[in-house]
Amino acid sequence: MKPSDPSITWLEEKPLGLAERLYLPLFVSGLTTTARHLVSPKVTVSYPEQRPTVGNPLIYRGVHRLNRDQEGRVKCVACFLCATACPAHCIDIVATESPWPDREKYPESFQIDELRCIFCGMCEEACPVDAIELTSLLDLTGKSREEMIFDKEKLLSVYDMTKDAEPMKSTALGGTL
Amino acid sequence: MTALLPSLPTIVALVKIGLLVGGLMTAAAYLVLVERWMAAWVQDRKGPNRVGIPLTKIRLFGLGQPLADGLKIILKEDFTPRHVDKVLYTAAPLVILAASLAIFAAIPFGSSLPPIPALGLTGEEPLLVAPGLDVGVLWVFALSSIAVYGVLLGGWASNNKYGFLGGLRSSAQLVAYEIPLGLGLLGVVLAAGSLKLDVIMDAQASSGVWYAFAQPLGFLVFLVASFAEAARLPFDLPEAEQELVGGYHTEYSGIKLLLFLVSEFLHMVTAAFLIVIMFLGGWHLWGLTGSGPVETWVVAFIRFAVLSAKILGVILFFMLVRWSWPRFRFDQLMNLAWKVMLPLGLANLVTVAAVEEFRPQLITALGAGWAQAAAIGLPWGVFFIGWIAAGMLTPSGTDNTPIRTPGPLDAEHVLGTSTRELVEV
Repeated sequence: MKPSDPSITWLEEKPLGLAERLYLPLFVSGLTTTARHLVSPKVTVSYPEQRPTVGNPLIYRGVHRLNRDQEGRVKCVACFLCATACPAHCIDIVATESPWPDREKYPESFQIDELRCIFCGMCEEACPVDAIELTSLLDLTGKSREEMIFDKEKLLSVYDMTKDAEPMKSTALGGTL
Repeated sequence: MTALLPSLPTIVALVKIGLLVGGLMTAAAYLVLVERWMAAWVQDRKGPNRVGIPLTKIRLFGLGQPLADGLKIILKEDFTPRHVDKVLYTAAPLVILAASLAIFAAIPFGSSLPPIPALGLTGEEPLLVAPGLDVGVLWVFALSSIAVYGVLLGGWASNNKYGFLGGLRSSAQLVAYEIPLGLGLLGVVLAAGSLKLDVIMDAQASSGVWYAFAQPLGFLVFLVASFAEAARLPFDLPEAEQELVGGYHTEYSGIKLLLFLVSEFLHMVTAAFLIVIMFLGGWHLWGLTGSGPVETWVVAFIRFAVLSAKILGVILFFMLVRWSWPRFRFDQLMNLAWKVMLPLGLANLVTVAAVEEFRPQLITALGAGWAQAAAIGLPWGVFFIGWIAAGMLTPSGTDNTPIRTPGPLDAEHVLGTSTRELVEV
């Protein structure tokens, strides 16, 4: 397209004012900005010794957990909605008939590949019984790929570890108990 | 036998060289740490604060970082690409480092030491590697020009488009800014009446008026030009990493890159030394250092400390400016050099020459006090007028907006008529 093309709308640059032409005011304002930041409080933390603060742990999307109900059983009813919703296909559920009278199925095994997970929170959104939730644990490390595939026991232990600090959303947000 | 032993002046000079080179290298290493700290703090980060004494848990606020940085870069592979000109490629970092270290032969790093009769030093010993070098300032200039060769050689020998462009830009920029640099300095030389840097400092100390106050325009021109000569932001076009990867040292790695980086830091240190020595009074501070000869060690130490503190202050200013301003565009850079700094430098030179020429007449006409006031007031007047004139009259850059009126050839280039015919032919 040529510059003379009539379909182009040209915006005129504002002419420089006296302050801009003399440069000094801009110089001073740039220097005061940097000088202010030089002494202002720092936003980074010395990580391993000092934990970064998570804004709201209830809505942070960190490591998953599988919630327990009041009797200590896994809340999951093996409906596969989370596995279906998962865009990364990292949830693997093997369902079997439930030994308890209040539900038809329960997960015999429940595995999440934390290396494939993209921490989008879709599983949490999809779950009808609020069984799967994302915690605020943000430093997830492991020494092997196998170690990073979390099974049902591990996910339940994450719940046991975090239930006091982060109560189940179900109680606060009107979910099922 | 005694003829084979080096003479006392030789030994003294060698000791000074050892102290200076050792001190400069250590200073350059620690200035890298300071630069990283400044960068971090300006960006609201904490900066390097972990490396302390090796093999212990003692951190010392990260003061061990220069050692780690140095070891890391020395242990990296010193890779020479196959397409380079090997001789020039190897020579470039050596040339630039040798030149930027040799500059310090003429730069005093303190006032002088009192006589030490025990060692046979009966007179004051100036803290200067080559005392009595009459061409001090010229030496500094000649060698800083040779440092440009290092940059050019590096860029050319790399046989790489980024290196080449960096070298090109660098040569244009450094040649352009040598002139305002020289003009800024000429005023000082004119006022002090000597090319020796120690005499320039003594002149400021004895009159008590630093040349930054007596020649504000010269100070401004020299300051801007030394930023450009040191290739520091906002004039770091030779190695603008967003455009040129690394500029002239794109193809360098390992110890050769280290030599380039060290000499870049030394350029900044040299610039800080020159600014302090020529415009900010050197070792002089009112009411603290005195201005006469050095008689005691205390005075010698205070003068050294004052000079070092001033230099550190100027370097911190260099580092703060790095994060305050965006880089100039190349046309703006050239506009600033040729259309702003060159006329301002000339104005300063003329003013200083007039003041120095007519100083005796001024003193007889007005008396010493008023003559001094006029000799300082006139340059300040020229400073403000010159600044405003430069701001109002010079363009801030080349107007590179496209021409919007249809030109005589425009009709031919409309797609579908002549273009298609041209393709078919």
